[in-house]
Amino acid sequence: MLSLLRTMWIIFLHMFHKRETQEYPDVLPQQPPRWRGRIILSRDPDGEERCVACNLCSVVCPVACIALQATEDGHGRRYPEFFRINFSRCIFCGLCEEACPTYAIQLTPDFEMGEYNRKNLVYEKEDLLISGPGKYPDYNFYRVAGLAIGGKGKGEADCEEPPVNTRSLMP
Amino acid sequence: MATIEIDGKEYEVEAGKNLLHVALSLGLNLPYFCWHPALGSVGACRQCAVKQYKDKDDQHGRLVMACMTPVSDGMRITVEDPESKTFRATVIESLMTNHPHDCPICDEGGECHLQDMTVMSGHNYRDYRFKKRTFNNQYLGPHINHEMNRCITCYRCVRFYRDYAGGRDLDEYASKNHVYFGRFEDGVLESEFSGNLVEVCPTGVFTDKELKKHYTRKWDLQTAPSICVHCGVGCNIIPGERYGQLRRILNRYNSEVNGYFLCDRGRFGYEFVNSSERIREPKLSSDVASKSDAISQIVGWLKDGKGAIGIGSPRASLESNFALRELVGKDRFFNGLGVKENRLASLALKILREGPARSASLNDAEKADAVLVLGEDVTQTAPMLALKLRQSVRNVPMESLSQANIPQWHDGAVREFAQDSKGPFFIASVKATRLDDIATETYRLAPSDIARLGFAVAHHIDESAPAPSGLDQETEEAAKRIAEVLKNAKKPLVVSGTGSGESAVLEAAANVSRALCSSGVQAGISLNFPECNSLGVSMLEEKGLEEALEYVNANHPATVIVLEIDLYRRGALEEIDRLFEEVSQISCIDHLENRTTANASAILPCGTFAESDGTMVNSEGRVQAFYQVFVPPDPIQESWRWIRDLLLETGNAKAKSWNDLDDVLESLASEIPDLAPALDAVVSADFRIAGQKIPRQPHRYSGRTAMRANIDIHEPKPPQDPDSPLAFSMEGFHGKPPSGLASRFWAPGWNSVQSLNKFQEEVGGPMRGGDPGKRLLEPIPGEASPGQYYSSIPAAFSPEEGHLLIAHVHHIFGSDELSVHSPGIDELRPRPYVAIHPEDAKQCGLDEESEIDVPAGENSVTLKVTFENSLPRGVAGIPMGLPEFPEAVAMSGSFKVQQGVKQ
Repeated sequence: MLSLLRTMWIIFLHMFHKRETQEYPDVLPQQPPRWRGRIILSRDPDGEERCVACNLCSVVCPVACIALQATEDGHGRRYPEFFRINFSRCIFCGLCEEACPTYAIQLTPDFEMGEYNRKNLVYEKEDLLISGPGKYPDYNFYRVAGLAIGGKGKGEADCEEPPVNTRSLMP
Repeated sequence: MATIEIDGKEYEVEAGKNLLHVALSLGLNLPYFCWHPALGSVGACRQCAVKQYKDKDDQHGRLVMACMTPVSDGMRITVEDPESKTFRATVIESLMTNHPHDCPICDEGGECHLQDMTVMSGHNYRDYRFKKRTFNNQYLGPHINHEMNRCITCYRCVRFYRDYAGGRDLDEYASKNHVYFGRFEDGVLESEFSGNLVEVCPTGVFTDKELKKHYTRKWDLQTAPSICVHCGVGCNIIPGERYGQLRRILNRYNSEVNGYFLCDRGRFGYEFVNSSERIREPKLSSDVASKSDAISQIVGWLKDGKGAIGIGSPRASLESNFALRELVGKDRFFNGLGVKENRLASLALKILREGPARSASLNDAEKADAVLVLGEDVTQTAPMLALKLRQSVRNVPMESLSQANIPQWHDGAVREFAQDSKGPFFIASVKATRLDDIATETYRLAPSDIARLGFAVAHHIDESAPAPSGLDQETEEAAKRIAEVLKNAKKPLVVSGTGSGESAVLEAAANVSRALCSSGVQAGISLNFPECNSLGVSMLEEKGLEEALEYVNANHPATVIVLEIDLYRRGALEEIDRLFEEVSQISCIDHLENRTTANASAILPCGTFAESDGTMVNSEGRVQAFYQVFVPPDPIQESWRWIRDLLLETGNAKAKSWNDLDDVLESLASEIPDLAPALDAVVSADFRIAGQKIPRQPHRYSGRTAMRANIDIHEPKPPQDPDSPLAFSMEGFHGKPPSGLASRFWAPGWNSVQSLNKFQEEVGGPMRGGDPGKRLLEPIPGEASPGQYYSSIPAAFSPEEGHLLIAHVHHIFGSDELSVHSPGIDELRPRPYVAIHPEDAKQCGLDEESEIDVPAGENSVTLKVTFENSLPRGVAGIPMGLPEFPEAVAMSGSFKVQQGVKQ
C-alpha cells in the first residue's frame, strides 16, 4: 500500500521536472558535425567532382554497399561513371570516409532517410553529389597528383619541377 | 645441396642459386625490384639487402645484395637484422622521393609491387617535402599507357623489351634521376610482346590501356583459370570480368607452356566477348525466338527423314564438338577444317603421333641448342613460341659460363660474357621474319624450295633419307651446314607448321626430325597448328569440310548444324554457297555474327571461352582445361548445353545422363580412347577443399550489395556452377588451390603478380602440385617407331615470266578471326594487299599504287600492291585471315599478273 502511494508521489513530482520529450520533427535536434549520417560526394574548390573513382571506399565497405565504375574525361581526369550507394544496406560505419584519399566521400549529420520503399534508398551519383567541398574546404587532389589533366600539365602541380628535358646533356 | 642458416633457422637448399631466389622459394618475404625470375639478377635496385656473416662467431656481418650472392654450404645470413631492415627501408624511401602522389588514380594501385615492397620494408609515411621531378609521357600505341613520373628506374622494362624479347624501340635516355624509359619519339611499340611491360613493370609506368577504358581494380575482378583461344600455343591466361564485361587478361604461369609472358594478341584480343556483334538471343529466320521454340524447330528439322550433318570447329571445346558428333552421328560429323587446312592438320597429327621425335613444349623449345625453322613465320602464327625460341640461342654461349665461373642467373655478366655470340638458328621462310635478327642463316625461298631444303638437310643427316634431285649448289651447301650443326647438337629442334600451306614442308620437317632421331640425337619437333583446338578436333574427327561437301552432294541432307565456325573463312566462297544451297536449313551455334550466321535459318547463342568450360588441345598435344569466368545473361549458354538440350528433345538416352561437363567428358573419353587423358587434365566438379568450392571472386570483392541495386533491390542468389569446382562467389576456400584451379595470384602482403612466387614449387619452376595440362601424344621412340621417311619431294620452283606464285603470309594482328574485334588490334592490323618483289613489279610494269587481280577459286579479287624486298622472285605474299578478305583461303598456285582498274 505504502509503495503504491510512493509511486504515485514520484509520478506526481515529475510534473515539475524539465521535459525530456523532443519535439521532433517540429524542432530539429542539433547533431555534432562529425555525426555519421547520410553520405555525400563533395566537389573540390574548383567546383569539379572530387571523387577519382579509386574504389577504396567500395573495397573497405564491410557490407559492400558501394558500387562504382571509373571513367575518364578527354584530358585524363578520372571520375566515376556511376556511383551507387545502397543505403538499405549501409551501416554508417564511416570507413568509406576514412579510406577516401581525396575527401570526396563524407558522412553528414543528416539522418532523415526513412522510406517506405527500399528501392528509394538506392542513391546514384546525382543524388549523392553536393555542390561544395563539405568538411574539407581546401583540398584538391589533382593539385598534388602527378597526373596531367585538362588545365594542369606535367610539372604544374604543387611541389613539382618542370618536366625533364631528356635530350639535355647538362649534368 | 647446401645447408644455410637464415635468421637462426637451417634450410637445405640447392647450391649455386642466388640467395634471393632461394629465400623466395623458401617462402620468405624479401623485397626486390630489378630481379625477375625470367630476367635474372643485375643488382641494380639495392632492395634485397641482407646481412651475411663470415662464420658462427661473426657478430657484425656485412650487407650483401641477396640477388647477387650465390648460395654456398654453411652460409649464415639474417633477413630480419635491424641494420639490413633499415637499409632496405632507406633505399625505398629514396626511390619514393620522386614517386608521385598518384595511387588512387593509378591503374597499378592494388596490384602494385612498389606498394607491396614499400609496406613490406616499413616505409609507411612519406617525409620528403621537396620538389618532385616530372617527365612528359609518350604515346606508345593503343595497348600501353605511359606515365613516366612513377618510374623507380629498376630497368626491368628495357631488360625485358630489348634483352629478352628482342625489341629495338624502347630504350633508356638521360642520366641520374632524369633517366627516362621510352621510345625515341612517340609511336606504337613495335614488339609483339609489349603487353608484358604491364606485368614486368613493378609500378604504374606501363599500364594496360585497354583495361583503362573500363578500369577495374584487381580485387573487383571475377577471374577463373582459362586458355587463350587466339592461336594453337594454348597459353594459360586469367581473364577477369566485372559488370558482365570481360575487362582484361593476365598471364597465368605454366612452366611448360607460356611461363611468365603472353603475346599482345592474347592479352588484348578479348574484346570480341563484349562485342556489339554478339548473338544474344536464339533466332529463327532472323526473328528472335524463345529457347524452347528454337530447340523444337531444330529438332523438327533433325527428325525430317533426310537427316542432318554437323560441322564442328577448331575453336570450340572438345566437349562441344563431341556433343555435336553425338547429335548427328559419327558418320555425319565433320571437323570444320578447310580442304587444305585439314590435309595439313591430319598430316601434322600423323607426324606427331608417329614420331620418333617428341613434340616439343614451349619449355623444351626454350632449352633447344640448335633450331631449324621450316616455312613457319612463328612470330606471326605462334608468337609465344617465337619468344621462347629467341631465348634458345643463348643456350650455346651459356655452356661455357661455368669455365668463366659465372652463374647463369647473373644476367649482366652473362650478357657481357656472351656478347653477340648466339647458338645455331636457321630460318627458311618465304619472307623476312621477326626472328631473323637472331638467326645464324636465313633462306628466303618459295614453299616448295623450303621443303626441298628440308629434305636435303634430312638426307645429309641420314643417308637413307630421300634426297631432292637437281638441288642448286648454294642450297646443297646450306643443307650440309645445317645438317652438320643439327647432328652435333644435344637438343636440336625442328619447327614448322601449317602456316606455309604446303604439306611438303611438314613432311620435310618430319624427315629432318626422323633423321636426327635415327642418328641418335634427342631431337624435338614443334609443329604449329592454326587454332586453339585444331589438333583436338583433328584427333576427334578426320573428315573435314571437303568430305562434308562430298557428303552433301551425294546424300542431300535436310539440315546442317554448324558449331562455332564461320565456314566462309574455310573454303572458297562459291563452294560454301553451294553447300548452303544444297541443304534446306542451316542451324548455327555461335557467339558472333558472321557470314555463316547471316545465312542461317536458326541461330542458338552460345558462350565464348570466358562463358563456358571445356578442354582444348594445343599444338604440342597438351590437353588443357579452361573454366567459365562469368555467367552470361540468359539465354546464352555453353554450346555443349545447347546440343544436350537438342539431344534431350530428340529423346537420346545418353544425353539424359549428361548433367554436367564431367559426364560429357567421361562419355568422350570412353568413346575416343586417344583423348581419354583429358580426364586427368580436368579437376572434377565434385572436388572440394574442406568441403568448400574455390571462389572466383577475391576475398576483397566489393559492391556485392550495390552493383545490381539499380535493377532490383533484392540481391539474387549467386549463380550455381555444376560444371566445375569453382564458385561464382567470394565464399569458399581462400588458400592455395590445386595448380589448375588458380584463379588469381595473391598472397598476404603480395598483391601484385609477383605473388606468383608463392604458388611455385621453386621460383621459376613448375606450379605447386605440377603444371596443369596433360600430354596426349607420346610417340614411340627409336626403332619401334612406326612410319618412314616421306619421299614425295616437290619440284623446284621456277618463276615464270609474268606469273606469280601465291604464298601465305600471316599477321599476329589480323590473321586471327576473333582478336580483330578488339579496336586496338584492328587499328594495328594490315589491310588487304598483295606483296611482291620490287623487281617483279618492275618487270610487270607495276608500282606501289597499282592494283592487280588475284584469282580466288572461280572469282578474283583486286588487291593493292606493296613491295617486299625479302620475298623470293616470282612469289606473291597474300595475307591470310583478314576479316574483309576471306577469299585468301581459296588462293593458291600461280596466277598471271593482270592489272586491275587503276584508281
